[in-house]
Amino acid sequence: MALQPEISGTPRVPSAAAAPAGVETSLMPDQLEIKKPPTSIGGGTGRLGDRLFKAIATAAGLTIVIAIALIAIFLLVKAVPSLRANEANFFTSAKFSTTDAHHLAFGIRDLFMVTVLSSVFALAIAVPLAIGIALFLTHYAPARLSRPFSLMVDLLAAVPSIIFGLWGIFVLAPKLQPIATFLNTHLGNSYLSHSRFLGWLFFLFKDGNVSLAGGGTIFTAGIVLAVMILPIITAVSREVFRQTPMPHIEAAQALGATKWEVVRMTVLPYGRSGVIAASMLGLGRALGETVAVLIILRSAAQPGHWSLFDGGYTFASKIASAAAEFSAPLPTGAYIAAGFVLFALTFVVNATARFIAGGKVNG
Amino acid sequence: MTTSALDPPVKGPTFHPVALSRRIKNAIATSAFVAAFVIALIPLVWVLYIVIEKGWHAVIKSGWWFNCGWLISRGCWSSLQGVLPQSFAGGISHALYGTIVQSGIAAVMAIPLGLMAGIFLVEYGRGRLARVTTFMVDVLAGVPSIVAALFIFSLWIATLGFPQSAFAVSLALVLLMLPVVVRSTEEMLKLVPDELREASYALGIPKWKTIARIVVPTALPGIISGVLLSIARVIGETAPVLVLVGYARSINFDVFDGNMASLPLLIYTELVNPQPAGQMRVWGAALTLIVVVAFLMVLAAVATRLLTRKR
Repeated sequence: MALQPEISGTPRVPSAAAAPAGVETSLMPDQLEIKKPPTSIGGGTGRLGDRLFKAIATAAGLTIVIAIALIAIFLLVKAVPSLRANEANFFTSAKFSTTDAHHLAFGIRDLFMVTVLSSVFALAIAVPLAIGIALFLTHYAPARLSRPFSLMVDLLAAVPSIIFGLWGIFVLAPKLQPIATFLNTHLGNSYLSHSRFLGWLFFLFKDGNVSLAGGGTIFTAGIVLAVMILPIITAVSREVFRQTPMPHIEAAQALGATKWEVVRMTVLPYGRSGVIAASMLGLGRALGETVAVLIILRSAAQPGHWSLFDGGYTFASKIASAAAEFSAPLPTGAYIAAGFVLFALTFVVNATARFIAGGKVNG
Repeated sequence: MTTSALDPPVKGPTFHPVALSRRIKNAIATSAFVAAFVIALIPLVWVLYIVIEKGWHAVIKSGWWFNCGWLISRGCWSSLQGVLPQSFAGGISHALYGTIVQSGIAAVMAIPLGLMAGIFLVEYGRGRLARVTTFMVDVLAGVPSIVAALFIFSLWIATLGFPQSAFAVSLALVLLMLPVVVRSTEEMLKLVPDELREASYALGIPKWKTIARIVVPTALPGIISGVLLSIARVIGETAPVLVLVGYARSINFDVFDGNMASLPLLIYTELVNPQPAGQMRVWGAALTLIVVVAFLMVLAAVATRLLTRKR
């Protein structure tokens, strides 16, 4: 989450203060004692009040479990009739035509491509930056300034996504256009990309299916997404880096390591799984981002070919763009099917993140 | 001992200065990390600057926040009713009202639920259900807002047959708020020292009363600030309002039926208005949204400060 609320009422023990947003016990044995959940001594007395209170608390926990199950079930139930009526292959077709309810023909190939390409591009920009920021905040910035500096990065997460979208298309895109044109002409359309040897490697910069003018491309959307997922990747990496055991650092220093060598030999290896988990969380955010992408990306007549200068729709922006016409059940089901794929995709990505971190990562 | 004494004396200085290549690498790394931080601040400052620069004209206009001057006959709530696309008149009171109502209803539902779920996880969290719940909270935190909106659409509107309404939006916002509320409750409760609980049990106070009177009040400042931040987070959500409610140009007091504007929806709707007035309204509403979010965040900080000092 964006900002860790201030803890109060209890004295801030340094180790306990570092723990809140951290990674669970299985990752770091030396945190075992601190992260142990409070013991429930007494365990209730069997009085009516106790039983009632426990029942209410358990019901609240159960509600969340049920909610997730309902999300999967309802999306699936509403999607199946449309999938049955679908005249195109759901996974390989690039068409998405739902105007004729009797002849639905929709497939997710193009949506999948745009979604994955924009998110992975965003990740490629955001992860190195976030690691750098997290290292700066934890091991380089003066201790007194570390917290306000962290808050400044967290503030990025507080900006509503529609505002990032406005900024992206009206302000950032015109500034990016010369860069995009440069990349397109020198990497996508030069002798490099036309050479028979390794020319295919430059597919990312080939001509896309929308005009570069205006900047409604995956290139712009990916950069805006990178800005949007930067805070979460930074926040999680920061907490992991902060927990690097002091003895590791001191050992490296005693061997005469420079600061960079200390970071490389102790902080980075220690935080690796946390950074991977953070990146997966960021990826999950990028995959599901709706309105910023919807505002930025220009719709394209032709299906894309994995170029950064393609336009089109992601899963989320496709659903949002058609939201006004959700009336007939069958066409709506087509979008719900796309929504289910998005749900499954983010579920897998987030579950992987938790699995890699070996427990809970706050985000 | 003796052998070491017979060792040949060390020649030359034993202390070599750090090699140049290592120093260069160190300097490069340091400047790269500082640069990364500076680069991250650029979009933040840029976005805020642009929104303020483009939006302040609209925001300081009379009638923007509370619109009584325009068409008195329609009352103070008419907002954009009857305003032509090319004329900049009216305000955003209808959208601000919608935003506050929708997120307010969501908060009323999400806070008790999230608070109790957090209590369950920390105070009663044993066994399989607690593990599953923790995992599901994580999953819910990763559910994209458009998926939450689609779910509410297929449950509330397509299956149960209710009309599109502000309440449906609130339901979707509950799903988005819940994980944040549960998480912050959990973290804050975990920080309450066990000695407090033990002291209470020693006095023979039942567990539920200990939680309600000792544990939760101790953690309250943190929980309140977490809740306010979770509201700040969902207040700018656009995906649910796109799917679950239509845009209205004046205030709608019926939460369960009919269209209702909100700030994100106003921005999205006015985007297609090519007139300068539309652009002004877009950026004005964007600035308003940022002001609302900033207000909530300041409130969260102040609430924590005040509540902590009182104790």
